[in-house]
Amino acid sequence: MIKVEKRNDVSRSIYFLTPVLAIFLTLFGGGIIFFILGFNPIEALKFFFVTPISDLYGLSELLVKATPLCLIAIGLSFCFKSNNWNIGAEGQLIFGGIVGGGVALLFYNHDGFYVLPIIILSGAFGGILFAMIPAILKTYFNTNEILVSLMLVYVAKLLLDYLVVGPWSNPEGFNFPETRQFSESARMPILFDGLRIHAGIFITLITVFLSWLILYKTYLGFQIKVSGLSLKTAKYAGFKGKTMIIIVFMISGACAGLAGVGEITGPIGQLHRNISPDYGFTAIIVAFLGRLNPIGIIFASLIVALTYLGAETAQIFLQVPKYTGQVFQGMILFFLLGSDYLLFFKIKFLGLKKNEL
Amino acid sequence: MYKLFLRSLISVLFLLGFSLNANAEFKVGFVYVGPTGDHGWTYQHHEGRNAVEALGIKTTYVESVPEGADAERVIRQLAQSGHDLIFTTSFGYMDPTNKVAKDFPNVKFEHATGYKREHSNVSTYSARFYEGRTLLGHMAGKMTKTNTIGYIASFPIPEVIRGINAMTLAAQKVNPDIKTKIVWVFTWYDPGKESEAAQALIDQGADIIMQHTDSTAPVQVAEKAGVWSFGQASDMQRFAPKSILTSIIDDWAPYYVERSIAARDGTWKQQDTWHGLKEGMVAMAPYNSAMGSDLVKEVEQLQKDLASGKAHSFTGPIYDQKGNILVAEGAVADDGMLAGMNVYVKGVEGDIPQ
Repeated sequence: MIKVEKRNDVSRSIYFLTPVLAIFLTLFGGGIIFFILGFNPIEALKFFFVTPISDLYGLSELLVKATPLCLIAIGLSFCFKSNNWNIGAEGQLIFGGIVGGGVALLFYNHDGFYVLPIIILSGAFGGILFAMIPAILKTYFNTNEILVSLMLVYVAKLLLDYLVVGPWSNPEGFNFPETRQFSESARMPILFDGLRIHAGIFITLITVFLSWLILYKTYLGFQIKVSGLSLKTAKYAGFKGKTMIIIVFMISGACAGLAGVGEITGPIGQLHRNISPDYGFTAIIVAFLGRLNPIGIIFASLIVALTYLGAETAQIFLQVPKYTGQVFQGMILFFLLGSDYLLFFKIKFLGLKKNEL
Repeated sequence: MYKLFLRSLISVLFLLGFSLNANAEFKVGFVYVGPTGDHGWTYQHHEGRNAVEALGIKTTYVESVPEGADAERVIRQLAQSGHDLIFTTSFGYMDPTNKVAKDFPNVKFEHATGYKREHSNVSTYSARFYEGRTLLGHMAGKMTKTNTIGYIASFPIPEVIRGINAMTLAAQKVNPDIKTKIVWVFTWYDPGKESEAAQALIDQGADIIMQHTDSTAPVQVAEKAGVWSFGQASDMQRFAPKSILTSIIDDWAPYYVERSIAARDGTWKQQDTWHGLKEGMVAMAPYNSAMGSDLVKEVEQLQKDLASGKAHSFTGPIYDQKGNILVAEGAVADDGMLAGMNVYVKGVEGDIPQ
């Protein structure tokens, strides 16, 4: 007879250590998979997790990849902490990219220090606008935000498709589905010559700091946390639920929009159909791996970014199938959820009782 | 203890970097947009890579590389890790390829289907797929009973429009009543969307299904519906044995072999390649005998004529949808016009999405 019981006291330090445990279990599990696939597990893991970041360029790429993930995940943490399941960050990212990209095209061949800030702000605004749709529908029409925000991802993708194929396509580009390359004034400044790491990382760091302030030092942060723990308590305490829902969606949309605009003005430099390799969805893993905590999310975004780089390097050097990267992301989440279960619940093995026979 | 750890870490990293750079063997890298098992576009590039590998040249590939910010990193990593020649096999890699080429003047780059050669170490290459389309048009015109040809198109770029036009012109030649119906799916590879498009075209009366997308879904739908179809990029015959009349095959192997040898021997030069039936970059899969031996003979003759230059896919008079003349009687369209083609010829239904 096995019995599952809820634990009364969960140690705080172990709560933050389980993600680390999950990562080690993933390494171990990954090693076994590599072994089964016929690769030397130590060598494969080295190419997966060490080689990609063994030089400056690799480190810069890690940050380039982690920047949007971290930004989106921070925004999502506000939603998730308050029991608002915004699954559509990908759509908000794309819509932010569309608005920011539109402004960048408007300022084509236009110099001035104010160009980039306007583009960045309009990107954030676009993300907010798009996140408002599920938020308002949820607060005033009681719709399910998971469905609405998820379906809106496809709306944003199709809108982007339409724009880059049609009205915004490069007039000199032979009808290929992409816009012009933005002017220099509309591009994120590169921090080091020869590396792709750009000023977008400062936006991310500032966002991390601000979100820490909001979550832990303000009344709003308190409201968010209480609502996350118990909606009934929040109502009983007289918190204005609707305003809070709107605000967390705004924050999350703004972050996703910023991530989108950071990608198109940073490493990409134009709008086309593939501005995001599903960052908005991967950021959900990042948010939970980081325990919805700003500092945790920084580390989580670096680790998940590394799984992407690692998958590429491992394929280049060992011709390991590229999809192992996704397997690793899946394993991390699986082990995290698995150890969470054991963290919050204990399993008791009881002897068979006579009356049950 | 901590310092010792740090020191050993640094030395390990140093050794690692050293061992990666010390490799002087000639290597060729490939960047694919899809999985190697797509049985279409990427599959054929992978076959080309296998041919290079068979020569004893070391090759590396990276599959499913998104055409966004990731492409530049992958191309750069290949360049950095000692690859001497790098094939980037999708249009979306155009700008990243040129960017990386600037920083690695000693590495040669080959970009498929693009038009930018910003540095002397970047070549571009593509195939005259439209010649294959002409053959398909001939067969379609003869085989259709409903005089309606269904065409699943990816993006309204010149390459795709060229294919639609070449097919329609050839079909009209043997059957003046022909109509071409097009569904734009705005994807290169999406089995779900492609099969929906195929079904929609069949419902509208098309009894020939043609695709400019890479999955095998359309031919499978055609097989079920009992209409004729044509495979794309690779021989898709085994996915629809009754329905497929033939497939246009992209055969990159000879080009990849030739360029790899040239790069290895130091004779590689920048060029813009556009090869067709003549050079074998476009090849036809075996013709389905269900179309009758007479038609097979006709098509084989036409294939020979296109290859030898005796026939041309775009021979005048050619009119656009409004009846304006595009190519005068007796003339043939030049490569410049073909490269920038963005109007439908007469007989194609609908408008190009703009």
